[in-house]
Amino acid sequence: MQINDEEVLHIAKLARLKLKDDELENYKKNLQEILDFADTINHVNTDNIGETIGINENYNVFRKDEIHQENNREELLKNAPSQDEGMFRIPKVIN
Amino acid sequence: MELYEFTVHELIEKLDKKEITSSQITESYLKRIKEKEKDVQAFVTITEDSAKEKASEIDEKIKRGEKREKLEGIPIGLKDNLCTKGVKTTCSSKMLENFVSPYDATVIKKINEEKMISLGKLNMDEFAMGGSTEYSYFHPTHNPWNLNRVPGGSSGGSAAAVAANMVPWALGSDTGGSIRQPSSLCGVVGLKPTYGLVSRYGLVAFASSLDQIGPITKDVEDNAILLNIITGHDEKDTTSVKREKVDYTKSLVKDVNGLKIGLPKEFIGDGIDEEVKNALLETAKIYESLGAKVEECSLDIGKQALAVYYIIACAEASSNLGRFDGIRYGYRTEKFDNLREIYINSRTEGFGPEVKRRIILGTYVLSSGYYDAYYKKAQKVRTVIRNEYQRLFEKYDLILTPTSPTVAFGIGEKSNNPLQMYLADICTVPVNIAGLPGMSIPATVNSEGMPIGIQLVAKHFDEETIFRAAYTFEQKVKFREKYQPKFKN
Repeated sequence: MQINDEEVLHIAKLARLKLKDDELENYKKNLQEILDFADTINHVNTDNIGETIGINENYNVFRKDEIHQENNREELLKNAPSQDEGMFRIPKVIN
Repeated sequence: MELYEFTVHELIEKLDKKEITSSQITESYLKRIKEKEKDVQAFVTITEDSAKEKASEIDEKIKRGEKREKLEGIPIGLKDNLCTKGVKTTCSSKMLENFVSPYDATVIKKINEEKMISLGKLNMDEFAMGGSTEYSYFHPTHNPWNLNRVPGGSSGGSAAAVAANMVPWALGSDTGGSIRQPSSLCGVVGLKPTYGLVSRYGLVAFASSLDQIGPITKDVEDNAILLNIITGHDEKDTTSVKREKVDYTKSLVKDVNGLKIGLPKEFIGDGIDEEVKNALLETAKIYESLGAKVEECSLDIGKQALAVYYIIACAEASSNLGRFDGIRYGYRTEKFDNLREIYINSRTEGFGPEVKRRIILGTYVLSSGYYDAYYKKAQKVRTVIRNEYQRLFEKYDLILTPTSPTVAFGIGEKSNNPLQMYLADICTVPVNIAGLPGMSIPATVNSEGMPIGIQLVAKHFDEETIFRAAYTFEQKVKFREKYQPKFKN
């Protein structure tokens, strides 16, 4: 499968990344190479084979619905680039 | 002999006999770090003051006649993707350059409960994506055996620091070989435990269905001691498994009599360096001479496993790294007029090129139109690979392969060729795909004096057989007695 510029730019947009021209060229080339290599899996017969989603057999792990105070707000906010009155601060989203 | 040259089990003995103090050990390692860090550059953060303080507190306590716990006062180094409360956890990324975790990872909690002393946080490829530690945002780490070579990766700082005697042992993480490959390239012992044996809580996630934390140590005995500490079910990691606690030091016996070892012919074929191949065949001979039954077998899944790995790992990474948005923690751009620009510019400026490459690949294989062809197909092939291993383990107790197809390569040699770099993971990746335990142990050195490691893989949760076989081999070849890194240029 041949990958074009538009596809790479669309993917970058979905991933919230901006690519410079030389990066676009570079990533397009890398993506092409890696996907060409990855094509090898299409030669594996997977008729009647299920998907492996996780490695161990754990399924729907439940715990008691009890309240634990793990982290306090102040401590969590210490890493925030911008905060105000105990909340994360972002630019206005609704006019 | 300097204290930093001893293994942990030797240090424990000396501490028990009161021949030495924790401060003496800690000072010895800090002195060694001062001597060697300019050449090796294994660390991101060195916690000298808190290490000294903790050591002297422990020594005071012992002076008062109180009992010392087994590992109390033993230093350790930590890969910088393990969350440590109060000390920066950077993942060697600009994105987390100033991040201080508000909580400890479960493994950190466990080593703190043992009253071990952290010497600092160790360098890695950014977000554990890479096999050379060249993709660290801060600086590359150098291989103590030859400073112009890479230490491997992504736990390159951890493996190099152990090899250089800058820490007595370290914790790393392994998603596709990130513990075993640098251990092999640096001539130390590294174990990736079975998926689910060690809690991943507080390990900054790369690919959640593949990631596992494990010990990197000077010898096999130390490895068993450290694994004993970090295993166990954790409510905070729903993929961690409830099992009875095993004492892995009980497996440190010199006996491989009757053990059945499979030697897959595909892993001694094309693409494997001649000297690595010879080291592997020599290892097989040694096991036979010790009473094991080594038999050639077939495991023709290397390339498929690598393809599956790069699809699944990148898909999971693109999802896991979605959390870095410049809002709650991590790097935030200065250039924005609206929320969307915060997301885009923070991520564009905060992530390095390899991380972006993998996010793009991961987003691609998960995007509509390609999901079935790549991601879903990869998950099915993952089942095929698991079944292949299962088939082999009906016949064999262990599978023996090289850890890495080559010895350590030169810094800069592969960093511009992602696919070449990915191919270097061909021996280790299949083990993560199947969730199996795998250990790299040093076998010998090549004609240039660079270490060659071999890999032992066992059934799920059968680390005991790995320890038994690794210990027996180690006692026979005595790698550490024969070879030491020379720090040559």
